[in-house]
Amino acid sequence: MTFHSPDLGKLIFGRLTLDDIPYHEPILIFTFLGVAIGAIAVLGAITYYRKWGYLWSEWFTSVDHKKIGIMYIVLALIMLLRGFADALMMRGQQAIAFGAHEGYLPAHHYDQIFTAHGTIMIFFVAMPFITGLINFVMPLQIGSRDVAFPFLNNFSFWMTVSGAVLVMASLFIGVFARTGWLAYPPLSELPASPDSGVDYWIWGLQIAGVGTTLSGINMIATIVKMRAPGMTMMKMPIFTWTALLANVLIVAAFPVLTATLALLALDRYAGTHFFTNDLGGNYMMYVNLIWVWGHPEVYILVLPAFGVYSEVTSTFSRKRLFGYASMVYATVVIAVLSYLVWLHHFFTMGSGASVNSFFGITTMIISIPTGAKIFNWMFTMYRGRIVYDVPMLWVVAFIVTFVIGGMTGVLLAVPPADFELHNSLFLIAHFHNVIIGGVLFGMFAGVNYWFPKAFGFRLDPFWGKVSFWFWVVGFYFAFMPLYWLGLMGVTRRLRHFDDPSLQIWFEIAAFGAILILIGIAAMIVQFAVSILHRDKLRDTTGDPWHGRTLEWSTSSPPPPYNFAFTPQVHDIDTWWQMKQYKWRRPVEGFLPIHMPKNTGTGVYLAVLSLIFGFAMVWYMWLIAAISFVALLAVAIHHTFNYDRDYYIPADEVGRVETARAGA
Amino acid sequence: MSDMTMTVSGGSGAEEALRFHVAEDHHPENATLLGFWLYLMSDCLIFACLFAAYGVLGREYAGGPSAKEVLELPIVALNTTLLLLSSITYGFAVLEMQQNRRGPMMAWLIVTWFLGAGFISLELTEFMHLVSIGAGPGRSAFLSSFFTLVGTHGLHVTSGLIWMIVLLVQVGKKGLIPANKRRLMCLSMFWHFLDVVWVGVFSFVYLMGVLS
Amino acid sequence: MSDHTPHAHDDGHHEHAHDGVEQIHVSLKGYMTGFAAAAFLTILPFWLVMSGAFSKTGPADAFILLFAAVQIVVHMVYFLHLNAKSEGGWNMLALVFTIVLVVITLSGSIWIMYHLNQNMMPSMMKDVRSLP
Repeated sequence: MTFHSPDLGKLIFGRLTLDDIPYHEPILIFTFLGVAIGAIAVLGAITYYRKWGYLWSEWFTSVDHKKIGIMYIVLALIMLLRGFADALMMRGQQAIAFGAHEGYLPAHHYDQIFTAHGTIMIFFVAMPFITGLINFVMPLQIGSRDVAFPFLNNFSFWMTVSGAVLVMASLFIGVFARTGWLAYPPLSELPASPDSGVDYWIWGLQIAGVGTTLSGINMIATIVKMRAPGMTMMKMPIFTWTALLANVLIVAAFPVLTATLALLALDRYAGTHFFTNDLGGNYMMYVNLIWVWGHPEVYILVLPAFGVYSEVTSTFSRKRLFGYASMVYATVVIAVLSYLVWLHHFFTMGSGASVNSFFGITTMIISIPTGAKIFNWMFTMYRGRIVYDVPMLWVVAFIVTFVIGGMTGVLLAVPPADFELHNSLFLIAHFHNVIIGGVLFGMFAGVNYWFPKAFGFRLDPFWGKVSFWFWVVGFYFAFMPLYWLGLMGVTRRLRHFDDPSLQIWFEIAAFGAILILIGIAAMIVQFAVSILHRDKLRDTTGDPWHGRTLEWSTSSPPPPYNFAFTPQVHDIDTWWQMKQYKWRRPVEGFLPIHMPKNTGTGVYLAVLSLIFGFAMVWYMWLIAAISFVALLAVAIHHTFNYDRDYYIPADEVGRVETARAGA
Repeated sequence: MSDMTMTVSGGSGAEEALRFHVAEDHHPENATLLGFWLYLMSDCLIFACLFAAYGVLGREYAGGPSAKEVLELPIVALNTTLLLLSSITYGFAVLEMQQNRRGPMMAWLIVTWFLGAGFISLELTEFMHLVSIGAGPGRSAFLSSFFTLVGTHGLHVTSGLIWMIVLLVQVGKKGLIPANKRRLMCLSMFWHFLDVVWVGVFSFVYLMGVLS
Repeated sequence: MSDHTPHAHDDGHHEHAHDGVEQIHVSLKGYMTGFAAAAFLTILPFWLVMSGAFSKTGPADAFILLFAAVQIVVHMVYFLHLNAKSEGGWNMLALVFTIVLVVITLSGSIWIMYHLNQNMMPSMMKDVRSLP
């Protein structure tokens, strides 16, 4: 770029130049064209059908926890497509890059792909998925009308979107990190990674992290303060219990990530020496700190999935959950223990025998409460009248898959074994085994299970089963070979191999990835077919699965206020008990209902954060300063608005309730 | 929750007595103070990481100045006095708030603001002095962790000062309405929480640093 | 985990009855007690260090940390009005959990990194440090 006054250009554009646009890379050009055409089509359609006003006032600015939950899940599904595209490219490269064949991805591109895959799958697929499910389900399960801080909820969502957009922007402007998804220094320090990649990573995660932490606080306060009368802690649905503990872990762990990323950012921006090689810095301190966050993060993801399995197993076995109390205690124990195991991610750094044995033993102890949960699910199924609908299929696949993944985890917890397997494909196979088999299967079970609650019609079971089988079989084809390769000593993140005897295993893994691709395609078809056939799949009862918890007591989709009358709870499976007592929804005596008002402030703040993050990545100090001040100004301005709620009048409630009764 | 809980759940054995909804208007408790407390706990963990970084790196002088050479206790003693005084003046503001006396409440808040601002200016003076003698945050891992820990506390105090101005305007405009009282109590927690962190800072960083 | 305590004055003014602000009991006496204790616990360690009464680091460090711990408790009780009953015990539970995690993070990190320094190339580490 040529400017008459180079200083002005630098002030506005920072270090961003035309050369940072990757117009010389055909893969990215085609990706960009695809994204651009898709975006124009979607935006054009919205404009053509005049839906902008509807989207803005009914969805983007909504403080309704149900809509925010759905938006989180939409974000997760979109980002799943991006993260999976990365996975396919990696599998493709590794299947062909042997001997003289270099594959189709140059090293600097391949390195960005595996970094983006990990970052996106954890932060922008798994996290929005669980936050979305918790958002949608938990307030309904506790008989509440919304979360404790509805505006904060909307703001948290948009901050997550902001972080995702920033990470996606690195695809077409500049580069993404080439450091692996946790960006270990000294590789992620300025001397080794001077380009924009690590900065995109830092700011994307920091912005999304603000949303995650605030959402965690919000959910805890909701569960503590807003349970329906009679719902004591030990009468809470098990999904709500797991949601509570996952959010406790979020509030306790994400600040550690924030602090660690901030220290790395200071090293890169302010020349400090926390994790540098020189002047007293210690990069193992980064590894230590990031795993203080990283291990609880694993349980943040898997605990809500455990909650989904519990709800689904009990519903589809037509039985009360076996060992409710032991399930709760096991969850609490897992949550606390998750803070005492972080060193098992870096046994090999050389802390010595005493440290390694302590963390090895604590890691093995975690398998005890987890095993107790597995037995609880199986005893729930034992002698139950099991209905193999799609959600239940995912549960069965989970139990088998997760046990395999868990046992390989116990292998890795033995420090001498870990010295052999550390950073090998065995580790990759292990954590995909527990995160796909544990978290993702749970999310799919949850989506199939609660979809009729959210939209009033079920998902098409045929395409659900097609998707299920391709996913599960594809998973085993894709990851079992990696265990084998790992045992033979193949390390992770390799772009090219010399030993031709390994190739067959990578080809099998690539075949598995293609099966998963078909599974994802079938899932998209499932959504499309279900929307087309929504009248046939319609559920007018609000309770399509013969559920047990309160969310099934209201209509599908629930009215904005969830419950016209706050439920009174006597038992764990409240709705089951209500059905046995032949409870009827009241048809008179309605009262005005107190509701929070929608606001666009969350969107504004998130957009400003996005501009701020982008400006920081590219050293555009002027824009960064302006957007930061604007951020403060908008936030403060919001606090001057005291008029944040309204009442739905009683006759309006009555009209809605009568319509529901007639439906 | 409401009194309903007690009466109805007591009779859950009697089948015909079960009621499954609350016919009256039901309001959950306001969660703001609890939510803010949870936020403070999360902030606490950010500081725990910075303390941990200082604990691990605080003796890595890399040939640069040591803690004993650069930390000056008299300034810190003065700073601690200011912060402690600001705590008790905020306490007086809360006492006035509970009496619904807006004027004295705002007066004590302004006193608190000046004490906090004094703290920040002293801290900035100390920082500028350190940078001027070549002991800036880029000199060694010790100084990096020192500046970051103390500076993060300072940033929190600064945001507290901004918040205080906003609240003074809001109380001036709207008076001591329940929403504003709640905000004053949140800021009170925030301000006293920063005291607690400062106790850790002056003990762990300054006093123990000078002794090393 | 206890249930919520019922409110004594559920009189329809929901903002008053439910917002928790009214339930915090503050008194001039409490603040003054806290202030006096905090001042004492601040002045004493400062004086001990500044007057040179503490010469060795070992027990002195322990004393300083002890004073800090006591002073933190004083601040929590008298300034943050923390007790086992506020917010149905949830405040205290959250605090205890946080303290446990802070202790784990701090002591764990220092323990791990100390052992790392002990085990990895101790002779070289010393050499680097003695360079100017």
